[in-house]
Amino acid sequence: ADIISTVEFNCSGDLLATGDKGGRVVIFQREQETKSRPLSRGEYNVYSTFQSHEPEFDYLKSLEIEEKINKIRWLPQQNAAHFLLSTNDKTIKLWKISERDKRAEGYNLKDEDGRLREPFRVTELRVPTLKPMDLMVEASPRRTFANAHTYHINSISVNSDYATYLSADDLRINLWHLEVTNRSFNIVDIKPANMEELTEVITAAEFHPHECNTFVYSSSKGTIRLCDMRSAALCDRHSKFFEEPEDPSSRSFFSEIISSISDVKFSHSGRYMMTRDYLSVKVWDLNMENRPVETYQVHEYLRSKLCSLYENDCIFDKFECCWNGPDSTIMTGSYNNFFRTFERNAHRDTTLEASRESSKPRAILKPRKVCTTGKRKKDEITVDSLDFNKKILHTAWHPSENIIAVAATNNLYLFQEKVN
Amino acid sequence: PLGTGAFTEETGQEKQDAQEKGRAVPPERAEEAKLKAKYPNLGQKPGGSDFLMKRLQKGQKYFDSGDYNMAKAKMKNKQLPSAGPDKNLVTGDHIPTPQDLPQRKSSLVTSKLAG
Repeated sequence: ADIISTVEFNCSGDLLATGDKGGRVVIFQREQETKSRPLSRGEYNVYSTFQSHEPEFDYLKSLEIEEKINKIRWLPQQNAAHFLLSTNDKTIKLWKISERDKRAEGYNLKDEDGRLREPFRVTELRVPTLKPMDLMVEASPRRTFANAHTYHINSISVNSDYATYLSADDLRINLWHLEVTNRSFNIVDIKPANMEELTEVITAAEFHPHECNTFVYSSSKGTIRLCDMRSAALCDRHSKFFEEPEDPSSRSFFSEIISSISDVKFSHSGRYMMTRDYLSVKVWDLNMENRPVETYQVHEYLRSKLCSLYENDCIFDKFECCWNGPDSTIMTGSYNNFFRTFERNAHRDTTLEASRESSKPRAILKPRKVCTTGKRKKDEITVDSLDFNKKILHTAWHPSENIIAVAATNNLYLFQEKVN
Repeated sequence: PLGTGAFTEETGQEKQDAQEKGRAVPPERAEEAKLKAKYPNLGQKPGGSDFLMKRLQKGQKYFDSGDYNMAKAKMKNKQLPSAGPDKNLVTGDHIPTPQDLPQRKSSLVTSKLAG
């Protein structure tokens, strides 16, 4: 199995899509509760697998274009078929996933296996009939949105109008209509006239969940800009600018790097947004631009390891974050296959581990603890023994239930709340 | 009131230790000093142009499309189970043709032609 690069539940939570480094998409479907197998409720099984993107070669720049799937976003379901957008660095594709459980039998000119019938055998005209068949799930590419990004696409986001979506690369954000592939509108362009003056790049972008004119994008300098598409065709001027003032005395070589925002997510309510930087997760109230309303330390003990984390490039790891359905809990990943959840109202945080050794199927996860002082208690892990190759960058929370998907390198873990 | 969220026990402990020591160097600064000691030529602006430019141009560079396709072919060959090496050995019987010669040992995928 390849390294998982994105995880996303669909709007109902019945389907879970994963994208990997090899350009493949695997979709899991939740099993329905049945009387004969009551324990199987909540289990996700493979529903469809397809190759979304292939590696390409950019002839102009002599650069390889990776097939790695950077993001998957589902469209709201409007008929029996499911649609999702998947993107690599350069091209976005709309895929249709549909079920087929009937097939036509009794053709006049072909046999059941497809061979042409001998003309003299065709003695009567018959009408083909539909017969049931084993369920087949087909994925077919419906649209390809290409050639609109000079730089590498980091985000896609479907608008609440269900007709448009945005795609963001390091310097530009484009607006597309789902039906139109030969044209997209550029709505943000932060490329300086002189590239020597480049000071920041776009790291993530998302549409507001209810207001179809509003979107945000985050930067490598730790700032978030909220833009309103009604104000101008080109939203280079933001409507709101979110930045936490920095304490100048604590500034160091690493300050800007660890302040770079790797993910931004609106709450389901649309009132808040959450940002993830290297060491923390911050919750912002859209009505207050000068500082976040909540800050959660994910792994503060890494602050005294920044030198080695810079040397092994881990300081550039891009962690994602997510909200639960009611927006009461947020989740993000860390190293050593640890992931963290923060209950906002209860002021409680938990560290859990996603690994085969630490948990058996259906067993309750044991909370983990990292020891930062000299005395290590039993079951605690010291900072130095953390495995920095085991990083949990991608996590997803079911839209309405307490089921979470955690990608640990090339393994996908699904955890659910224990129901008595 | 606006809460600042949960701090884990560990962080609280570390802060206390620092305060107890009095004039302790903040951990970030100590790390910065370590880095500068190791790499004295490190640029002053970590988030500056060079660093961002490198980020904009991520991806493996090849000399041209031929170079790229050769590298891909080598990757495929590496993954195929290798036939017995003896098959390809030609010694002195007849003048070898290119097909008879043992395959060149596949080099690393990274192209040496590209800068």
